[in-house]
Amino acid sequence: MRASGYAALGAATALACALAGPAQAGKANDTLVWSTDREVAVVDPYYNNTRELVIMGHLGWDALLFRNLETGEYEPLLATEWEWVDNMTMDITLREGVSFHDGTSFGPEDVAYTVNHVVAEDSGVLTIKNVNWMKSAEVTGDNTVRIHLNAPFPAALAYMAGAVFIVPEGHYDSAPVGADGKKDYAAVAPVGTGPYKAVDVKAGEYVHWEANPDYFAGGPKGSPAISKIHFRTLKEPNTQIAELLTGGIDWIWDVPKDQAERLEETGQITVANAKTMRISYMAFDVEGTSGTDVFTNPKVRQAVAHAINRESITRNLVGPASVVIHAACHPDQFGCTDDVPQWEYDPEKAKALLAEAGYPDGFEFDIYAYRQREFTEAVIGDLARVGIKAKLTFLQYRALRDLVWEGKAPINHMTWGSNSIPDISASTSHFFSGGRDDPAKDEEVIALLKEGDTTTDPAVRKEVYKKALSKISGELYWLPMFTYAKYYAFSQDLNFEPTSDEIPRFYAASWK
Amino acid sequence: MLAYLLRRLGVAVLVALTVSLITFSMIYLSGDPAVALAGESATEEDIESIRRYYGYDRPILVQYLDWLGRALTGDFGQSHYLKAPVAEVIFERLPTTMLLGACALTFALVLSIPLGVLAAIRPNSLIDRLALTIAVIGQAMPSFWFALTMVLWFGITWRLLPITGSDSWANFVMPSIALGYYVTPAVMRLTRAGMLDVLATDYIRTARAKGLRPHTVLFKHALRNAIIPVVSLAAVQFGFMLGGSIVIETIFAINGLGYLAWESIQRADLPMMQAIVLVLSVFYILLTFLADMLNAWLDPRLRTA
Repeated sequence: MRASGYAALGAATALACALAGPAQAGKANDTLVWSTDREVAVVDPYYNNTRELVIMGHLGWDALLFRNLETGEYEPLLATEWEWVDNMTMDITLREGVSFHDGTSFGPEDVAYTVNHVVAEDSGVLTIKNVNWMKSAEVTGDNTVRIHLNAPFPAALAYMAGAVFIVPEGHYDSAPVGADGKKDYAAVAPVGTGPYKAVDVKAGEYVHWEANPDYFAGGPKGSPAISKIHFRTLKEPNTQIAELLTGGIDWIWDVPKDQAERLEETGQITVANAKTMRISYMAFDVEGTSGTDVFTNPKVRQAVAHAINRESITRNLVGPASVVIHAACHPDQFGCTDDVPQWEYDPEKAKALLAEAGYPDGFEFDIYAYRQREFTEAVIGDLARVGIKAKLTFLQYRALRDLVWEGKAPINHMTWGSNSIPDISASTSHFFSGGRDDPAKDEEVIALLKEGDTTTDPAVRKEVYKKALSKISGELYWLPMFTYAKYYAFSQDLNFEPTSDEIPRFYAASWK
Repeated sequence: MLAYLLRRLGVAVLVALTVSLITFSMIYLSGDPAVALAGESATEEDIESIRRYYGYDRPILVQYLDWLGRALTGDFGQSHYLKAPVAEVIFERLPTTMLLGACALTFALVLSIPLGVLAAIRPNSLIDRLALTIAVIGQAMPSFWFALTMVLWFGITWRLLPITGSDSWANFVMPSIALGYYVTPAVMRLTRAGMLDVLATDYIRTARAKGLRPHTVLFKHALRNAIIPVVSLAAVQFGFMLGGSIVIETIFAINGLGYLAWESIQRADLPMMQAIVLVLSVFYILLTFLADMLNAWLDPRLRTA
């Protein structure tokens, strides 16, 4: 290249440098920028079931109730009072003086419209389980509404606080009709009553929120302290860290353990490890449909359980907030208990059990997984120490779920987040009520869970759930592994407290 | 000539359709799209509801023919994930990827052709060894590592360039170098080899014997012939950059087409994937055609062949 060519290239680079824009995040701009690796295209809590929208759901919308994480109690949010008329009917009195982001007043018609829309068969709501326990809602007065259930549903308050967000009456009526003739409800612009309102959305890139100046005072969410909250998609974890270090963003999570420790060492970033509602488990092919009948033998399942050092995996790979679990549920969920048969790490006992089962030299099998390969590799290492050779097949989630449903996985190492619902019906009942995810289809367990899921007496629920959990862990249909923990990394200017339900409360964050 | 062109066009359309049919089938082979759309904590009920809503409960062939029928009328449908018209999303992202590809290719050509020529003029010299070193490093170094190294130095340590986004020219400097450097070795070695062959031919010796200036011999007679395979390679590499810049687009958070394709596969967004495959197939076909035209212009013998 000629000298003039190099000069031109140098000039172009200099120009490019000059054009580099300033970072928009941080205390100076009163803008909290948080980032994850997922694209957000739809800003609606019913038509986007990603974790990002669970978080944004609490930013932009309000539910009828609020769950106090410290006490575990339900407090008034859009509802001020609620009362069970019978075990399938609830009367609710609503808060007054609340308005939506578009300026319209909030009232019972909005609650009735929201409920009746989401429970309709053609609503297209993505997580139908969150709402299909309700049958309908009706306005009963100027400030009251009645919700009818399809069947007794003791976890109703948990779902009402975490998954049923109220939209204004007629909100989805303006949805455009797609080429297939169906209404595209996800295309409707977001409107809620929440502490922040969405002001700019670019599908797949960002969602910008601004504090709602008319947000009602005296509510459990408080008043927004930060003017703007921006969400931005950054796929690559290293890029997220680079932007965090240079002030381009203020908050990230899912930071790998080694990177989190290094970030902490820089002294520029606050790093926290907090538990989540996600659990890890290994499900056995107890019916022998996967092409090997080795796991139909309880002694083999026990050998596997004794061979795996779950404490070591949580301590060395997952993070300090992770704990080993012994029951097929999250310890924070109502009805969950660790007072069930437990399988301690004891490789010698594992070898003895293998010999008793007729496999003194171990055996080979395929283990399936889709998330955090290193966790499953640690399991494989532990199994190898007692002579069991596990070959890892690592698949995408949707491919693995197909195989699990077809009963083709001898052991599948999976995870479950319960949609952050703090009730056992969102975890154990999902997996052991006889559906396609149920590895055992144990009639006794199915009956116990059905009783627990439809009884409103908390003491009875706890009792029957304990029996079901004891049978599941005793028979080792599952080997419950551990709770997931997440590393959070955020600006030192930020007052932020991670919560155990994996829903960051950005509306409660503030600058130092 | 017209018949030849039409025949080529017909084959190209068939290739594009075959690719789209294979893509459609492979999505089903890699798992249930309804499960992908429903997300990780979806229950059976959720998944069944989504399957019915999006029509995934119909036979695959019916779904494909339905898509094809609409596509032929220019309707690529709605993205199941982004909830926007597929054509709108693609044509919003395509210019970003094309700009990145063009910048990267320009960087690659500006670096590799002069080095290839210099290496051929003075084989086994210091400059030849330098070119070889650059080529070996470029071939061996993973592009993601090179990109992250640049981010570390130019983004974090010296803070000279923005790390993410596509708002200004500055955003394209690091991604273009990272993407272009990967292409550099092949272009450089091909230029060098072509120049060495051409410089050893009789007509170059004759040109020199006629007393033509070295500059004229080198650029007007030698390079023009040596660069013919480079043009074909550059066209193919540009096509690769359009569809294959996923890693670079991910690291620098550039919302381009490659990244969109990868994401659409991950989330089984069938309408989006089908349209991207079709668009990229058409681009490859067009680029190959353009490369042929360019070669014909550079080499008159090809025009009469």
